Amino acid sequence: MTGVIKAEPKPDSLPGAPTVEATAPAGRTRGEFLYFALRSKKFLIALGILLVLIGIAIFGPMIDPTDPLAQNGMPMQPPTADPGNWFGTTYFGEDVFAQFANGLRATFFVGLLGGGLAALIGMAVGFTAGYRGGWTDEILNMLTNVVLVIPTLAVLIVISSYLKARGVFFEAVFVGATSWPWAARAIRAQTFSLRSRDFIDLAKLSGRRGWKIIVQEIAPNMSSYLFMTFILLFGGAILIAASLDFIGLGPTGGMSLGLMMFNAVTWAALTLGIWWWFIPPGIGIMATVAALYVMDVGLDEIFNPKLRDI
Amino acid sequence: MLSLNRVSKFYKVGTFGGKELAAVRDVSFDVNTGEVVSLIGESGSGKTTIGKMVLKLIEISRGSITCDGTDVAGIRGGAVKSYYRHVQGVFQDPFSSYNPIFKADRVFGMIRSEYFADMARSEWNGKVEAALRAVTLDPGQVLNKYPHQLSGGQLQRLLVARALLLDLKILVADEIISMLDASTRIDVLNLLAELKGRGMGILFITHDLSLGNYISEKTVILRRGAVVEMGATDKVFGNPTHPYTKVLISSVPQLHKKWAEVEAEIRARGGDDSGTCLFHRAYPPTARAGDGADDGPTLFKVEEDHFVGCFDLGEGTCRIA
Amino acid sequence: MGLQVTDLRVYYRTLAGDVKALDGATFSIADKEIMGLAGESGCGKSTLGNSLIRLDGRMKHVGGTVTLDGVPLPIGDQNEMNHFRFAEVSIIPQYAMSAMNPTRKIGKMTAELLESRGERYGEIKSELLRRIDLVGLQRDVLNRYPIELSGGMKQRMVMVISTLLDPSLLIADEITSALDVSTQRAVAETLVSFRDHGFVKSMIVITHDVSILYQTADTILVMYAGKLAEKAPTATIIEDPRHPYTKMLISSLPEVGIRYAKKKLTGIPGSPPSLLNPPTGCRFRARCPLAFDKCAEEPSFEKIAHDHWVACWKATGSDA
Repeated sequence: MTGVIKAEPKPDSLPGAPTVEATAPAGRTRGEFLYFALRSKKFLIALGILLVLIGIAIFGPMIDPTDPLAQNGMPMQPPTADPGNWFGTTYFGEDVFAQFANGLRATFFVGLLGGGLAALIGMAVGFTAGYRGGWTDEILNMLTNVVLVIPTLAVLIVISSYLKARGVFFEAVFVGATSWPWAARAIRAQTFSLRSRDFIDLAKLSGRRGWKIIVQEIAPNMSSYLFMTFILLFGGAILIAASLDFIGLGPTGGMSLGLMMFNAVTWAALTLGIWWWFIPPGIGIMATVAALYVMDVGLDEIFNPKLRDI
Repeated sequence: MLSLNRVSKFYKVGTFGGKELAAVRDVSFDVNTGEVVSLIGESGSGKTTIGKMVLKLIEISRGSITCDGTDVAGIRGGAVKSYYRHVQGVFQDPFSSYNPIFKADRVFGMIRSEYFADMARSEWNGKVEAALRAVTLDPGQVLNKYPHQLSGGQLQRLLVARALLLDLKILVADEIISMLDASTRIDVLNLLAELKGRGMGILFITHDLSLGNYISEKTVILRRGAVVEMGATDKVFGNPTHPYTKVLISSVPQLHKKWAEVEAEIRARGGDDSGTCLFHRAYPPTARAGDGADDGPTLFKVEEDHFVGCFDLGEGTCRIA
Repeated sequence: MGLQVTDLRVYYRTLAGDVKALDGATFSIADKEIMGLAGESGCGKSTLGNSLIRLDGRMKHVGGTVTLDGVPLPIGDQNEMNHFRFAEVSIIPQYAMSAMNPTRKIGKMTAELLESRGERYGEIKSELLRRIDLVGLQRDVLNRYPIELSGGMKQRMVMVISTLLDPSLLIADEITSALDVSTQRAVAETLVSFRDHGFVKSMIVITHDVSILYQTADTILVMYAGKLAEKAPTATIIEDPRHPYTKMLISSLPEVGIRYAKKKLTGIPGSPPSLLNPPTGCRFRARCPLAFDKCAEEPSFEKIAHDHWVACWKATGSDA
């Protein structure tokens, strides 16, 4: 643009900045985050729901040590106030609550491992492509697009026809290895915008190079963004895993919420009216993923002063 | 000291990089010790590009930059760090130069970990305090603070202090004044003049002629990547010869003379700036960059220490040289 | 007629309390007067300019009145002010050139703007074209997108649009700051021509660049830390200022012709006070070389000559 010499003002400085403190972009201090975190309804409610679910996942199997696959009870019992029978039993007499609690554990495990793996790959690819640009960027972009376009379902079907036994670990790795592209894209875009900032030039002028700059200058600047990306990947992994379980492509052993729903549908729980078999897992998945997404929105408001409504 | 020799920078633009844009064309000048050279130009003149090429943040397309005889472009790997011991830069936006999530004095810490890792802490603290005093900052007021807690002027001076921690020979100051308030500007400018007095060479990049005129010995005026006029500051300002220089000087809003007055003065000094210059006619301000020669203009000597750039190669009706 | 501002106070709401950005401004602008509003960042000039047309979410009108052409301006009331905006009071905001919708042709954008104000585009079009000619733009600029214009052209287009309904007061907020020196002059001269052609009655030109004001403004109002420091005709401010701040400010400005070797200029040591908890008494006291005990009491904006007001005990001769 000819004729313009100065850059635009930073959007989060007050117009006619009255004090030295407010002349610069608002400094982010830990105290400020905590203040807003405690005031954000979205964040607190979501956190509450998650803590309850995590509590059930951790303590549930301890309180109710029934083997989820043991067909001990009377089949198709509705939930009663009986201890040991909070959620009723399945078609085969399995304890629904035990299944639910164990399923939650597996679900969180897949979310953590799968989401974590996706986050790591996404960060590695995104930072490298964004910082280096040029040919590295082109190649990594191509890789990202290819993985994005791969029909993961088809690949999974093919793989599962070769692997007779699939564990939770495999599922988590598969989910992680296929859901990183959007995170890589987003991180790349952020890195692009950060790398042309003067403080990166200053780091170069101080003799810093390459990956050191990424780790010490760029990543810390994006820490809130990376955290939020992880939360979204976590939720996404849970959802994908549940969907895979639901169509029978989940782990061959063990228990998970999606598997519960798969079984419920296979054994005609809908027609037979065994609602306590599929409603809890359904609500469990929904609550977990929804809470994670709402928490992400809440975090966005906490970290980004422009979105707050003072 | 620092010597630029027919330096050019080309960018590929357009789909598939078909066209070439010349951001800098055949620029040559020197910066010696104890001297401030003003690089003056409007937006798109290539002055920032030149600054970044000197700092090795952008690659040179053609020509060479030498520092004390060593070719700058050839420096690679570990030698780059030693280059930065002698050549440093300060940029326009003081708030963008600091990583906002860390404290401001982290910039000192970075220098320490890269260049002075073996120095004892107490010795280092002494060095930092000496550098801060050299830029008239009170260590107690600026250390341990976040960038947003300090003013633009303090941040700029901190950056100069950082540069002083090394054995600086050349400082590239890219528009460091433009985002400061009027009352702090002059303090930073005076600081630069002092540093010059102590033997540093300063490349002062600016669009503001009055600032350049205030502290520099030599002035280089850039337009669309090429040198149009250069030489001793008082000669360039006292006897502006190129039509573009005349337009620039007459457009600067002055505090004691109205625009019309300044224009009349310049016109009275002689030389017709109505556009008989071939350069002026061939490259009027509305022409797109990249049209015409990639080579810069030939420099004609007007008087001792005063050169004017002109595309006319001696023939034609040019009335300037 | 003209503008009359009395004891205007506008504060900013922040988490830490109220920032007293504009703390009691009283002045007037006559018809046909171009008043420059000068001061450094944080002095309140942008707050003053913006408060006369639109208080944004964080600003609150704490006290004082504004009268334009005898009619009080309801600046605290967003809805009421709507009748005055664009028609009576108009603004060319800072970074206005970036304010044009990049996906709309300029002509279409102008038409939409006018329709939203209840004006018929067809009726105004001939006047619009006439003004476009006047500022030196081509008529087909209405068919272009903003990205096709240079910075100076965009700025002039915004100036034409902002003054289309002949407002009584025009506020120009840092309109030359982001421009090259040669375009600055063209834009500044265009601004003055608007007053000369009668499109606008009076103008407030907000800038930190005092030399632009010397070239264009009739009077200059200098602000410091939320308060008014001095108001006088331009020549007086430049050549014979009375307020110590104004004096130090003017003498710290480098001009073409002044060289360090021959005459070293000095700045103003220290920095402006925090407006969250401003000091009592004169706000310039801590940095003023002429401060004495009376300065602990806040000086009022007094008239010391026809057209010359100062807020300083020394200047009003109260230092006996």
